[in-house]
Amino acid sequence: MSLTERLLNDDLRRQIAGQLPRYPTKQAATLPALHLVNERLGYVPPQAVIEIAELLELSPAQVQDTLSFYGFFKQDKPAGQYRVWVCRSISCAVRGGEELLQHLCEKLGVRPGETTADGRITLEFAECLGLCDFAPAILVNDTVHRNMTKEKVDVLVNTLTDNPGP
Amino acid sequence: MHYEPVLLANIHKQQSHTRAIYEAGGGYRGLRRVLKEMSPKDMVGLIKASGLRGRGGAGFPTGLKWSFLPENLPGPVYFCVNADESEPGTFVNRVQMELDPHQVLEGIILSCYATRASTAYVYLRYEYYLCRERMQAAIDECYAAGYLGKNILGSEFSLDVFIHRGAGAYVCGEETGLIESLEGRRAWPRIKPPFPAVEGLFRRPTVVNNVETLACVKHIIDRGVPWFRSMGTPPEPNNPRDPGSFGPKLYGLSGHVNHPGFYEGPLGISVRQLVEEFGGGVWKGRRAKAVVPGGLSTGLMSESEFDTPLDFSAPMRVGCLGLGTACVVVFDETYPMLDFLYNSCRFFAHESCGQCTPCREGTHWAVQMLERIKRGRGRLVDLDLLLEIGDSIGIIPGSTICGLADGAAWPIKNAIRKFRGEFEEHIRRTNPQGYMQTEPVEAVASLGAV
Repeated sequence: MSLTERLLNDDLRRQIAGQLPRYPTKQAATLPALHLVNERLGYVPPQAVIEIAELLELSPAQVQDTLSFYGFFKQDKPAGQYRVWVCRSISCAVRGGEELLQHLCEKLGVRPGETTADGRITLEFAECLGLCDFAPAILVNDTVHRNMTKEKVDVLVNTLTDNPGP
Repeated sequence: MHYEPVLLANIHKQQSHTRAIYEAGGGYRGLRRVLKEMSPKDMVGLIKASGLRGRGGAGFPTGLKWSFLPENLPGPVYFCVNADESEPGTFVNRVQMELDPHQVLEGIILSCYATRASTAYVYLRYEYYLCRERMQAAIDECYAAGYLGKNILGSEFSLDVFIHRGAGAYVCGEETGLIESLEGRRAWPRIKPPFPAVEGLFRRPTVVNNVETLACVKHIIDRGVPWFRSMGTPPEPNNPRDPGSFGPKLYGLSGHVNHPGFYEGPLGISVRQLVEEFGGGVWKGRRAKAVVPGGLSTGLMSESEFDTPLDFSAPMRVGCLGLGTACVVVFDETYPMLDFLYNSCRFFAHESCGQCTPCREGTHWAVQMLERIKRGRGRLVDLDLLLEIGDSIGIIPGSTICGLADGAAWPIKNAIRKFRGEFEEHIRRTNPQGYMQTEPVEAVASLGAV
C-alpha cells in the first residue's frame, strides 16, 4: 500500500509506538491505540484496524475482535462533534434519567446510537457513569453535566448546536 | 455519632489534588519510613494483622491475597489497580481519584513495595476524564519527587505506574476480565485456578486491588494496626471463618434521598443511620420502601431490614449478596419494584460478556419476561421462572466463570422474594384475563413497540 492511502498519519503512528514501552507485549497496546485513533478520527474504520494490527504485529482479526467487544468505538462513520451520553442506570433512572433520554430522542429526532443530520450530536445511552450523587447525569464528550432536568437539557442542546465545535 | 474522617480528611482543602497539599498533611511520610524500616514481608504481615478486606465488593482479605504470591520466583510481579468503578450506584473511587489522587498513589507505591511489583497499571474507566487528568498529574509529580521511577528515595525499590483506560465494559471490573482487557483482548474472565497471584497479567504473578483498599493501606502504615482494628465489627464468635470487618469505609448515597453524596464512617453503620443522619432522610417527605445496599449486584434490603449494619457479614444475613461497595441507592414508597428489576436485568443483560450461556441467555430472557410483564402480558408463573433464573446463574450455583451473573441474580431473587405481593398485584391488575395462564406465550419482541 502506498503512503498516500494510509489512514493513520506519522504523528498518530508515533503516538501509538510511544505506548509500546509500557507493556511487555505489543497486543497490550491495542486499547490505547484504539483510543488514540478514535480521539483523532472520531471512529475506528476497518482500514485503521488493519493499520493498527500492522503496528502491533497482530492479525487485523485480533484487533477487530477486541474492538467489537467494547461499546465505545464506532466503525461505520465518525461520531458527531458532541457525543452525548445519558445515564440510564438505576440511580439516574429513579431521578428521571430515562425520561431525559426519551426527551432527547424526540428533540433531536434520533435514537440512541444515531447522529443528527447536521453531524453535530451523537446521542447515546450510558450504563452507570459513576455520577450517582449528581443524578440524573449526562456526559458530553469529556464534560460532566450534573443534576439535569428537561429545561437544563434544552439549554445544553442549544449551546451545542450554536457552538462552532469543541 | 462523632467520627473524624481519615480517607476524606484532605478533600475539602484548596488544591487537595496536588502533592504540596498532600505532603503538608503528612503525605508520603509513611512511604519514607517504610522504605527505611520495613521489609516487604513485614508489610504483608502488617496488612494481614490489620484485617483489611478488599473494598471493591468481594471483601477478600488483602494481606492474604498478597501472601499467595510465590516467593523467590525470578521475573516480574505485576500490580493492577482496579479503578474501573462501574457498579451501578457506586462512585466513591471517583471522588478519591479526583480530590485526593496522591493518597491513592501512596497506597499503590506502598502496596507494590510489599508485593515486590515493579510495574503497576491503573485500569481506569474512560468516562472518568477528571480522574485521569488528576491521577496522571499526580503520577508526574511523583516521578519528579523521586517517589516513582528507579531507586525510589535512594532505596533498591523501583516502580513505574501507568494509567490504562477502559472502553465501556462493566465486566472489566472483574479481576481476570480486567487482566484480559489489559492484555489487549476482549474482557472475558478467566477460569480460576490459576488465580492471578500465581498466573495473572502477562502470565505472571499479579495482584489486583481496588482504589479504596489501597488508600486504606496508606492509613494502616501511618496509624497502625490497633487504630485500624479499633473501628468496625469484630468477627462473629460462632463463625471461625469470619475475619471481621475493620477500619474506615466510604459510603455512597444516591436515589430518592435528600442529600445524595459520599460519606465516611467506621464499617458497620446501619442503613437507617446512613439514610437518616447522613442523607437527611428520604426525599419529598416520603418513606423508604427499599435500598440497594452496596451497588446493584448486592440485591435489595426492604425497609424492615434497615437496621442491618453495613459490614461484610450482616447484609448476607438478610439475604443480600454482601456489602458490595457500600454505595446505597434509596427507593421511596412510590417506586415500583418492577421498574427496579427491569432496570437491573437490562443492565446485566447489556453487560454480560456473553462467554457463559447461563448468564448470556438468563439475563436476556429475564429482560424479555419483565418487559412482557410491564406491558400487561405477565403471568404469575413468570415470577417462578424468573426465580429459576435467579437461583441457577452465577458462580455460587456453579454455572458461570465469573460473578457477574451472581450480581444479576441477586436483584431478581431479592426483589421477587421480598416484594412478591407487589409483582403479583401488578400482574393480576394489568392482565386480568391471562394472569393464571401457564401455557407458552408470545415473546415480547412480537408485541411491537410500546
